[in-house]
Amino acid sequence: MIQVRLNGKDREIEADLTVMDLLESLELNPHMVVVELNREILSRDVIADVRVEEGDQVEVVHFVGGG
Amino acid sequence: MAKEAKIETRGNESDAVAADPIRIGDREFESRLIVGTGKYSDNDVMMNAIRASGAEMVTVAVRRVDLDRTKEEGILHHLDPDEFFLLPNTAGCYTAEDAIRYARLGRAAGFSDWLKLEVIGDEATLLPDTQATIEAALVLVEEGFKVMAYTSGDVVTALRLEDAGCVAVMPLASPIGSGLGLVNPYFVREIKRRCEVPIIVDAGVGTASDACITMEQGVDGVLMNTALAAADDPVGMAHAMRLAVRAGRLAYLAGRMPAREIAIPSSPTRGLLD
Repeated sequence: MIQVRLNGKDREIEADLTVMDLLESLELNPHMVVVELNREILSRDVIADVRVEEGDQVEVVHFVGGG
Repeated sequence: MAKEAKIETRGNESDAVAADPIRIGDREFESRLIVGTGKYSDNDVMMNAIRASGAEMVTVAVRRVDLDRTKEEGILHHLDPDEFFLLPNTAGCYTAEDAIRYARLGRAAGFSDWLKLEVIGDEATLLPDTQATIEAALVLVEEGFKVMAYTSGDVVTALRLEDAGCVAVMPLASPIGSGLGLVNPYFVREIKRRCEVPIIVDAGVGTASDACITMEQGVDGVLMNTALAAADDPVGMAHAMRLAVRAGRLAYLAGRMPAREIAIPSSPTRGLLD
């Protein structure tokens, strides 16, 4: 297991997961969210290739109601 | 006052609206009403209200997915991006840096490079930080964003935002969510007179007469959220707003009579009986 900061909270996740794996484990549709890894936005083309590392800061955002 | 288009009404309202689209950047919209998607208690009511408003452009916010309640759905589960043109906002941002970050996240969702830029300067009034808004606009326009910038009633800021390359400038009617209506018609008229880009009045409209009076100033459109979401009947209010925006626009184009503080009879003063 590794420790990451996910949406502002410390969380333990399995080691060696790609960002895509992480989204799947969270039951999130990659087409409905945008991922920022250590303040860099990840395009959907690369989320299956990029691995989440110990200490990473991950933000998963989506569109909500707003004015 | 310049009237950009004389339109033929022929007594048919839908013809009149079809003949009078709003052009923003490289896009054209039939509706001059843009609506938000915040604060609705029920998603079905929201969708019915949006449809009743006739709006084609709809604002959305970017927020963290709530991972403790993963069953909660994002707005895209209700709002079809093929049916509505989504305008991501930077609401909640207090610095240019934050607004730029949110803008990039919104664009990465993959729908367009359009953006409602909003940088707040004061928590109590939610009035914009105009300096930070201009700073952010300069960066985002350079990055290819089509920026529609929320701003105050200050004409100098409006001109700076236009110079920065914003596709629309959006002065407030009154503070966000206040429903106070158009508190200073002179400010928006002056901004409209001086800027070439479309002027969309954003925030503060409370009811249909507010929207109508705002459009009568000659501005190009109105953006609202709380006026619909917080109405007792959002769908009914959305219908009223659709008509009010249209009525105000048509009245502006028709050119109102001069107001004067004396009475002038409408009926002939000759031919009266002894």
